[in-house]
Amino acid sequence: MRSKHVFMAGVAVLAASAMAIAAPSGGTISGRVTYTGTPAKQKPIDMSKEPSCAKQYTTPPVSETVVTGEGNSLHNVVVYISAGAPDGASAPVQTVTFAQKGCRYIPHVAVLQVNQELKVVNDDQTSHNIHPLAKLNREWNKSQPPGSPAITEKFEKEEFIPVKCNIHPWMHGTFAVLKTTHYAVTADNGGFTLPNLPPGKYTITAWHESYGTQTQDVTITGSETKSVDFVFKAKAY
Amino acid sequence: MGKLFAVILTIIALVSAVPIVMHTWWMPQDISTHGHAIDEQMSETMAEAGFSFLAAQLLLAFFVWKFSNRKDDGKIRTFPGGAKALVAAAFILVGTEMLALGVLGQKAWASVYFTAPAANALQVQAQAGQFAFYFRYPGADGKFGALHPDKIDEGNQNYFGLDPENEVEARDDIVTGELAIPVNREVNLMMHAKDVGHSFYVRELRIQQDFVPGLDLAVHFTATKVGRYEIVCTQLCGLGHYNMKAYLSVMSQEDFDKWMKQKASEQ
Repeated sequence: MRSKHVFMAGVAVLAASAMAIAAPSGGTISGRVTYTGTPAKQKPIDMSKEPSCAKQYTTPPVSETVVTGEGNSLHNVVVYISAGAPDGASAPVQTVTFAQKGCRYIPHVAVLQVNQELKVVNDDQTSHNIHPLAKLNREWNKSQPPGSPAITEKFEKEEFIPVKCNIHPWMHGTFAVLKTTHYAVTADNGGFTLPNLPPGKYTITAWHESYGTQTQDVTITGSETKSVDFVFKAKAY
Repeated sequence: MGKLFAVILTIIALVSAVPIVMHTWWMPQDISTHGHAIDEQMSETMAEAGFSFLAAQLLLAFFVWKFSNRKDDGKIRTFPGGAKALVAAAFILVGTEMLALGVLGQKAWASVYFTAPAANALQVQAQAGQFAFYFRYPGADGKFGALHPDKIDEGNQNYFGLDPENEVEARDDIVTGELAIPVNREVNLMMHAKDVGHSFYVRELRIQQDFVPGLDLAVHFTATKVGRYEIVCTQLCGLGHYNMKAYLSVMSQEDFDKWMKQKASEQ
């Protein structure tokens, strides 16, 4: 009798978890981010003052304030649900790694959730001084000589924080600190997908470091997939 | 014991003079038209200071040798004429020496600072900021765009704060991380500090000039040897000071034109 109850309870738990994995409830928002016009030219970076970085490139890397791809796609755009979805209940356990490699930031735009652990590593043979220019969160800057352990930090408030290196002026990136668990960063073809959205009315925001933000309202009913595209107007200067 | 001290003193004085007389750690090669005046001045100063140093040390050793280990309580002798005369003599001697160095050195200084650059000098702007140097050439129109500190955007490599959107002059300005100049042509370097004090120092050019925030300073020089030389900041400017440097490339006119064309295409 007792063993049968335990067995039944086990089946129920298995079934519930299987449903959560196999059948995501709700709909999906997907689309592409593109631009019109001519984006500003990305200039090659002169790293001659830092030979250990300069020698890692056969052709000098260019700045990354506007990164584009085929079909006028725009990269490094953070697309996220800014209203309508409940905030993430607790900080995710995974750590986001932000690397300093070849005197550049990888990734150029790092998305973090509020209170999610950030790990900053220095893969270079030179010192860096990482400086997030936070306005709402606490601003800090920390030196990281080569071979030193990773710096771990977290941010408590939602904010797009420009990050710079106090030693190498060309090094710039962004920490996108979000409350929501529904976000994507555009890459290759400018595409994004926000799955697992329960029915409801959402505001989708697309953020780009040079072109600002755009928002669109989307209503999801059932398990449909809605297409939402963003088009940014590029500026030559 | 006293005689031993005199001997050691003589040895130290002579040995320390050897590397200076032999030019063991001498100045690097001079690649500027004005550098020889600086070098001559430096040599004069070294010779005079070195001679005074040796004379003082050897005289001291001589007196220590002569008057050490005396058994009798020798009478302490005073300088002829007393202390006042001694002080006056030292004052006149040292004062004359300093004055002579100053008058002679004025030549070298004036050749750099008290003359105007030639009208056809290449105009280059240097900007020092924590912790890198950047350089700006006026481009095809020969005019520099205005500086707007609020437009500075290092992520976009707008280090100077140019406004190409609204100002035509700024559109063809060429901004580089390297100072390239043609050989045997005068360069007028206009110096601009973005944040704190820095210094522009190229040993081979015999130029060391501070950047002072808020002051428009300029140096002009002519480089005479093709090559690549280090530009270093020699004014402690913060955490990354040790890392603040750039390179000076002195090129033939032909190479310089090519370089300029290449840089213009990258803007």
